[in-house]
Amino acid sequence: MDGLHDLFTVGFATALTYQNLLWALIGCTLGTAIGVLPGVGPAVTVALLLPVTQSIDPTGALIMLAGVYYGAMFGGSTTSILLNTPGEAGSIVSALEGNKMAKAGRGGPALSTAAIGSFVAGTIATLLLTLLAPIIANLTLKLGPVEMFALMVLTFAAVSAVLGNSPLKGVISLLIGLAIGLIGIEQQSGQARFTFGFAPLLDGIDIVVIAMGLFAIGETLYTATYENHLKAGVESLAGRFWMNKEEWKRSWKPWLRGTAIGFPFGTIPAGGTEMPTFLSYSAERKLAPPEVKEEFGKGAIEGVAGPEAANNAAVTGTLIPLLTLGIPTSATAAIMLAAFQQYNIAPGPLLFDTNPELVWGLIASLYIGNVMLLVLNLPLVGLWVQLLKVPRPLLYGGIVVLATMGAYALRQNWFDLLLLYIVGLMGFLMRRYEFPVVPLVVGLIVGPMAEKFFRRAMSINQGDLTVFLKHPVSLILLLITLAILIVPPLLKRRQALLKVS
Amino acid sequence: MRKLPRLIATCLLALAPITISYAEIEQFKIMAPANPGGGWDTIARTLGDALKANGQAKNVVVENKAGAGGTIGMAQFINNEKGNPNALLVAGAITVGAIETSKSPVNFSMVAPIARLMGEYDVVVVPEDSPYKTLTELMDAVKKDPGSVSFGGGSAGGVDHIIAGLMAEKVGVEGSKVNYIPFAGGGEGKAAILGGQVTAYLSGYGELADLITAKKVRALGVSSDKKIDGVDIPTMKEQGVDVVMANWRAVFGAPDITDEQKAALTKLVEEAVKSKTWQDKAKASQWTDMMMTGDDFKKFLEEEQKVTAETLKKLKIGG
Repeated sequence: MDGLHDLFTVGFATALTYQNLLWALIGCTLGTAIGVLPGVGPAVTVALLLPVTQSIDPTGALIMLAGVYYGAMFGGSTTSILLNTPGEAGSIVSALEGNKMAKAGRGGPALSTAAIGSFVAGTIATLLLTLLAPIIANLTLKLGPVEMFALMVLTFAAVSAVLGNSPLKGVISLLIGLAIGLIGIEQQSGQARFTFGFAPLLDGIDIVVIAMGLFAIGETLYTATYENHLKAGVESLAGRFWMNKEEWKRSWKPWLRGTAIGFPFGTIPAGGTEMPTFLSYSAERKLAPPEVKEEFGKGAIEGVAGPEAANNAAVTGTLIPLLTLGIPTSATAAIMLAAFQQYNIAPGPLLFDTNPELVWGLIASLYIGNVMLLVLNLPLVGLWVQLLKVPRPLLYGGIVVLATMGAYALRQNWFDLLLLYIVGLMGFLMRRYEFPVVPLVVGLIVGPMAEKFFRRAMSINQGDLTVFLKHPVSLILLLITLAILIVPPLLKRRQALLKVS
Repeated sequence: MRKLPRLIATCLLALAPITISYAEIEQFKIMAPANPGGGWDTIARTLGDALKANGQAKNVVVENKAGAGGTIGMAQFINNEKGNPNALLVAGAITVGAIETSKSPVNFSMVAPIARLMGEYDVVVVPEDSPYKTLTELMDAVKKDPGSVSFGGGSAGGVDHIIAGLMAEKVGVEGSKVNYIPFAGGGEGKAAILGGQVTAYLSGYGELADLITAKKVRALGVSSDKKIDGVDIPTMKEQGVDVVMANWRAVFGAPDITDEQKAALTKLVEEAVKSKTWQDKAKASQWTDMMMTGDDFKKFLEEEQKVTAETLKKLKIGG
């Protein structure tokens, strides 16, 4: 319990000074605002703030930057849920059920469960960080490419639930995603694939452009084409702000499950926030009782609560390898590392001894920041929901503008805009012919990672395929995968047989 | 309170615009062909701050244009800044490799080499519990069975990869036989060496200094000509692996600027680098001063392009 002792004696003493509280507040507010704007992610914001923070003392600066990082994750879900424009990869999943809820007049509860879920996950994850940071960091180091590939296989199997009602259409969509994922320079060999000698394609296609094209643009085109004349006039979709008793009851378990899925992913080098959100989504979908399962795809609150918690827990998780080993596992963490270095502070094994006020002050400020963000975001829910009162033609026009701005903000490249609209058209056609778009996104995210880890594992082990069975962790993961694939059909058959007899 | 003198200066400027003869550039542009926060961006912004602090430029705009190892930003710089004497492009050793591997339509002959600024030498490390105590032992293992020794490092065809290839060549092993595992971004790579996923790992010294001090990894050799100041790690060269290479960074002027304009830019950069702003940052970030201008830099650039192209061919990267 050394961690707790240091947290209270050193940490809160540092974080609870007026100055540092102010920095935390500024960071959280700024982060929320940035999270709401699609395309402007926390990584870029933290990078742009770096020169500004040079004149502040390191502890204050890092507390503020951590606030931005956290705040952006809180705010990121807002546009995703209300406008179907996921501005960063971690909030793509929230758009799936969240936007359906918003359209059904339940935008308020969707935003509330996202905010409270983020708070719960953030706080639990920070507690785990306080108590277990060094232990967890050393454990995750043991996970090499072999284990990571097995984890990808498991992810593929687990998210097969998102394939939708027609497996054929689902698989086609998945394959399109995998194909798009191949574009760009292949990491291991340095060879360009499917770039047709066109330089902007060398770095591959940004997942955010695809998600915004498919969701925001595709959806707008679809609505403009088919739903326009159906619902004439201004229709208020604002509905209630607060979650009712049943929604609380349906949310708390997904929050906890999301945290349990998200946190470990954040601590793994190269874990990221996309995979845990998808895993949490499919877990909620699989675990849902039959009557709730029906609701998935139409606005199930579990599908927002789980992934949002997973996202925030993963974000907190990334601080573990960053603080204890100096290893950044996300783009934002990498820039936070640069911030440390700016002050001649090297995060890593020595940090807890050399700069205890800073580390514990930072960790304490995470607890405070979480509360601040909740207080900041809950009242805002009412305000955000007003957005939905905007007449639909204007609202959809605004969505197109936001998505366009977001896609351009990523790299300031006209090509991304072209891509956004091409993908948007594709999303429209997919929607029209009832192809699910989620498998495409999954393929695009997991495909390239699976390939990378497979090639890396093969290269290190000189082409020996049996390593996947020789490493215990990977063997266990593969066995779980097998169980996921085999057990449910068997159970179904058994039930069918029982019914017959 | 740093603002006060500037405020006074601005007032004076406003009062007597004609009498001021000091050549302050109104608008200066620096292209950082990478996202905010990275190495090139840091250089661009530090240089910009130095120019402003010195009163050499009134406004400095840093433009970020990431992609394809910096060649996308380079292409935009070449297209947009033609003949602009108040613009600089940040590029470096990585760009040399990227131009080769990505068959880029733009190259260094289209810009004006101004100055090599700084760089970082690579260090080879192994996990603390590794059986290899010296570089010689590690390279002996490479000689015996190249496939069994995996080298982690930055992107394929980058400086780390080239150094790994050259090390192998120097002990008589074909560069393409090196079992090189590229990692995007330093995080994953560091985790891989700490967890013992790869046999050895190559990266800039600054990036690994903390892990070396904390004895989490063992440093076997640095890629500098002589020992790095204050760092007790033998060079590769003195251990019989004759590789000297740095991840250098430099600035270039726009296409079609005159020789006088080139000279003025060179002077401008030389003065900016002397400023406290730049020097403080260099110290904090453990940059090695590699200032080189004029014909020396041109010659160095040509040599570097030749070595990189040859090594990449041997490594069978790109092309």
